[in-house]
Amino acid sequence: MPKKLAMSLKDKLLSSYIAFEDYLEDDSPIHDLRNDAIKIFEDQGFPTRKEEAWKYTSLNSLVKQDYSIFPKQDSAIEFKNVKRYFLHDIDTYKIVFLDGVYSSFLSETTHDKMDICLLSAALNKGKYEPVVEAYFNKIAPKDSLTSLNTAFAKEGAYIHIPNHKEVEKPIEIIYFATGNEAAVMMQPRNLIVVGENAHVQIIERHQSLSDNAVFTNSVTEIFAEKRAVVDYYKIQNDTASASLIDNTYISQERDSNCKVHTFSFGGNLIRNNLNYYQKGEHCDSTLKGITILENKQHVDHNTLVHHIAPNCESHQDYKGIFADASTGVFNGKIIVEREAQKTNAFQQNNNILIDDKATINAKPQLEIFADDVKCSHGCTIGQLDEDALFYMRSRGIAKKEARALLMYAFANNVLESVKIPELKIRINKLIANKIGVNLGFDL
Amino acid sequence: MLHIKDLHAGVEDKDILRGINLDVKPGEIHAIMGPNGSGKSTLASVIAGKEEFEISKGDLMLDGNDITELDPEERAHNGIFLSFQYPVEIPGVSVTNFIKTAINETRKAKGLEDMPASQMLKLIKEKADLLDIDRKFLSRSLNEGFSGGEKKRNEIFQMAMLEPKLAILDETDSGLDIDALKIVANGVNKLKSKDKAVIVITHYQRLLDYIVPDFVHVLMKGKIVKSGTKELAYELEAKGYDWIKEEVNA
Repeated sequence: MPKKLAMSLKDKLLSSYIAFEDYLEDDSPIHDLRNDAIKIFEDQGFPTRKEEAWKYTSLNSLVKQDYSIFPKQDSAIEFKNVKRYFLHDIDTYKIVFLDGVYSSFLSETTHDKMDICLLSAALNKGKYEPVVEAYFNKIAPKDSLTSLNTAFAKEGAYIHIPNHKEVEKPIEIIYFATGNEAAVMMQPRNLIVVGENAHVQIIERHQSLSDNAVFTNSVTEIFAEKRAVVDYYKIQNDTASASLIDNTYISQERDSNCKVHTFSFGGNLIRNNLNYYQKGEHCDSTLKGITILENKQHVDHNTLVHHIAPNCESHQDYKGIFADASTGVFNGKIIVEREAQKTNAFQQNNNILIDDKATINAKPQLEIFADDVKCSHGCTIGQLDEDALFYMRSRGIAKKEARALLMYAFANNVLESVKIPELKIRINKLIANKIGVNLGFDL
Repeated sequence: MLHIKDLHAGVEDKDILRGINLDVKPGEIHAIMGPNGSGKSTLASVIAGKEEFEISKGDLMLDGNDITELDPEERAHNGIFLSFQYPVEIPGVSVTNFIKTAINETRKAKGLEDMPASQMLKLIKEKADLLDIDRKFLSRSLNEGFSGGEKKRNEIFQMAMLEPKLAILDETDSGLDIDALKIVANGVNKLKSKDKAVIVITHYQRLLDYIVPDFVHVLMKGKIVKSGTKELAYELEAKGYDWIKEEVNA
């Protein structure tokens, strides 16, 4: 008899889902959502490069691997071994997961006048049901990867900040892959609801602690109510065997202000699907990113800003530095609906290619249906400025440091809007480390 | 100190410098004048080591050592400084951080530790005062949005900080009003000592009223065609370059 073909990842996920459903209680408020979602994934499967939105990013190498879908639950790690992944010099709330399982030992949650805790708790306890019903899966679209996550949604961060509450310290959400499994697939699900005039700062990180393969398909829904201020930072500096698909959906009500900074310095393949929906007037949306890649790393920024209401603003500024045979994609879409008059949408994407084999595919897309708007986009791809290099070298700065200084300078204005000083210092160090020099000062 | 003999240099197949001879001794100030396109800025760039220019023939020596194979930063570490005609804007790097980096990189090349922060600050303050530079100016991004005069003053500030052995000022006077010119000249004169030398490249005799040269050279078509003392500069100012062209052609 011929040898049986190994089960595809899609088939494995579909059969795992049946076991998963059996194990869960039927009265979960999202039971029906899950069943609908798995059907969508079953119909659509993993996206392929035939789809326009995935033209430059292939998941082929990822879906060929055999991942553990439900990791063992006995992982434990010492804080001292992972301290460096935390913003440890200041006090923070922490929601920490090991192979997708909540670690109460490493976490610091709260229920004191706000909820900074776990999605599993929110899904299982009756008192959270109104919030879950009002918000869960309400802005996540029905595409295959988001649906796949919804089907398996079980654990993640649940953050609910009531009206007028200013959270006094940042919240860190960290997903560790411990390496206990040869290969692991994780599907964290975060639900973040920020009430009227409430303020919150959140740092999200996915970190593998070994060289074993990791495939994360994450979904985060963020709801910013009227006048809410959300400051969100994504640190992507993972190992060369860890891949991440980050699906983030942000719904903004009037006068809210949401900023997402994405720092992509490491990982095998990263796809950031960052989507903003401006539902009320005078919303302000900021999307910023610094991408510094080497070797064969691949980062794909796929952004959407959907201007639905009038008098709103959006600001996008992505900088990329690509060395070796690394590849970058920037696909930035802005839609301005007919009702969204007086929109001010700005998009900037600047790239430096260090080596001949490095690649960037940049594609701004503007769909404007309103007639009284200000929209601008600029995209540059270039090399380091030779005249600037000579200028610095003529002052005694060695070529390597001069190049590093120029790269720093290039990325610098993205850091200006980072509100947490300790995080800014940390990102500066990560950049210095990535470029391979220590300049002795922070920009 | 600087010894240039029959130097030919250019880009690709085109020679811009066609046999330069120049000797600069410690303590001297040399002025190089000449019409547009005569090769003045190329000479400055070649001495500073700009890789775009290729030396096809001749000697370029500093203190008896051939420097043609040295990188620009190595030449800087050996005491060569070029004040740029068009200083490059580097957004995101402050004047202070830039000069700190330049000084410490030079010290590192000489096997010295970084300059202590307090000493650095004192030095920056001293040199900024010398050039009448506002403290706020130092925290601005290097040359970004600077006026022409501010850029040139910033060049001389860097020169004062780095204390080079051989300073080459490439049209430092262009874009300066008379007050700024005096401040810049004063900065250069403060640097002057018996073991340091300056090459001033200029179109106009005006700067030479304040930085008084020991020698004046006229550069034309890639060659020094006439040398003299500061009186030559007055003559050029009064009569232009045509009479020299005629002399050369004759």
